[in-house]
Amino acid sequence: MVSRKIVLHFPKTLVEQPIVYKLVKEFNLQFNILKASVMPNQEGLMVLELVGSKEDFDKAISYLKACGVKTQPLSQDVVRDENKCTHCGVCVSVCPVGALVKDPKDNRVNFDNKKCIACELCVKICPPRAMEVSF
Amino acid sequence: MKTIKEINEKIKKGQVVVITAKEAVQLVRKKGAKKASQEVDVVTTGTFGPMCSSAAYFNIGHCKPRIKIGGGSCDLNEVPCYTGFAAVDILLGATALPEDDPRNKVFPGEFKYGGAHVIHELVAGKDVKLEAYAYGTDCYPRKEIKTFINLKDINEAVLFNIRNCYQNYNVAVNLSDKTIYTYMGMLKPKIGNANYCSAGELSPLLKDPNYRTIGIGTKIFLGGGVGYVSWQGTQHNPIAKRLPNGITCVPAGTLAVIGDLKKMRPKWLVGVSMLGYGVSLAVGIGVPIPVLDEQVMASAGVPDDEIFASIVDYSKNYPNMIAESLGQISYADLESGKINIRGKDVLTGNLSSRLRALQIAEELKSWIKKGDFALSESVAPLPDKDSGYTCRALKEKPFK
Ligand code: SF4
Ligand code: SF4
Repeated sequence: MVSRKIVLHFPKTLVEQPIVYKLVKEFNLQFNILKASVMPNQEGLMVLELVGSKEDFDKAISYLKACGVKTQPLSQDVVRDENKCTHCGVCVSVCPVGALVKDPKDNRVNFDNKKCIACELCVKICPPRAMEVSF
Repeated sequence: MKTIKEINEKIKKGQVVVITAKEAVQLVRKKGAKKASQEVDVVTTGTFGPMCSSAAYFNIGHCKPRIKIGGGSCDLNEVPCYTGFAAVDILLGATALPEDDPRNKVFPGEFKYGGAHVIHELVAGKDVKLEAYAYGTDCYPRKEIKTFINLKDINEAVLFNIRNCYQNYNVAVNLSDKTIYTYMGMLKPKIGNANYCSAGELSPLLKDPNYRTIGIGTKIFLGGGVGYVSWQGTQHNPIAKRLPNGITCVPAGTLAVIGDLKKMRPKWLVGVSMLGYGVSLAVGIGVPIPVLDEQVMASAGVPDDEIFASIVDYSKNYPNMIAESLGQISYADLESGKINIRGKDVLTGNLSSRLRALQIAEELKSWIKKGDFALSESVAPLPDKDSGYTCRALKEKPFK
């Protein structure tokens, strides 16, 4: 058995196809959706945790590639440089999974690395560039 | 009724009572403005956010042989300075970019380094590369200089901001169906988020809405050091719309401020990069408000839920100068992290750090309590809501 976190990028044309359904049905994989942002007529992004046999997992990845879905392992880690963060809070409205949240009690912006799915949005928009990708 | 002179006497004797604007909100709520005004002498405010119209000017000292940079060119860490002064006076603007920065060629541009970052590094005590070219004269024969400079070795280093400390600001949203990149941050399509930029109930001009105590000459906390209000800021607009409580609900008054850069600290002058927009300088400012009477106390004690900001679309309306508000929302709601616009729950993000605003108010409070910081009388008032002073749009007279 393997358990892997992967990021899937769907091109516009594939967004409405039942791809995840096939992963379950034909490759016997269990999945956990960690993040999904799939809008009709737009590119989609999904972060999945897939659990199943190594063989099925590899077949599933080949199937996804053949369909035109780009896959990438979720191995990056986003970290915060505590010396640079000014606790402004502009990242809070951008983070799609609530990994950056302001505590109203002390006005600090807390970063929960466990929730983070490494989408890197905050890395680009943080004004003092306190959020960094570490490999 | 109290005078600034009386308050300064108390500061000297160590008897002054100082509270932060946050504490003023609680005190006025508990005891009322009249009682609070009898107990308190000074309320300290604070704000820390990107302030684009910031600059610093320097006199770097004459070199041997002499050079006249005026009319020539000069870079600091490859960021171009303004050289239209005499021989060795230069001015560096916060938003200036190195010539070879790709800007928005690959959209959205990253704007990793600019004038604001150079100012931050200088204040942090780092050596910065100065490279200047001149045309040469009989009295200033040298045509080129390349040298490291350090803040501690040059003559004057002065922070000079021609507009900052905005009295209220917009809440920015995006009505279009694609992501946009603005000075208010990244705005997701179809009101996907809402960004604002104010310290709300801690913000200096929101706590003195008619500029009764803040005027030209007012001594302030600036960038971790001491500064002064030097003039009204550019685009000062005291006649902007006010709610029945007298507080503006749109961007209104502004300050121009000045102070000794050598005495400032890097924590309070931070270079920031706005994706797709440019570079700016996050500046820390704190203004003390002398509690002259009950009215001053009442204004200083106004809470977040009585201060409102207007929601503005930055996809079409803002760029096209269409003055249309999508509604008003209180800072209490904005600070809660989520608001409702047109039936949609939207996450809010502040560009202005509340945490740091409060730290500034606390630090200024401790300076005053210790007797290190006396209040100044202003020497002239700022144009107020009855002055007729306003901010106009440009009337274009095109030519070919
Ligand atoms: S945007 Fe950057 S500086 Fe602001 S709170 Fe988030 S991580 Fe900190
Ligand atoms: S990379 Fe940043 S924006 Fe993306 S999930 Fe992690 S914390 Fe949130």
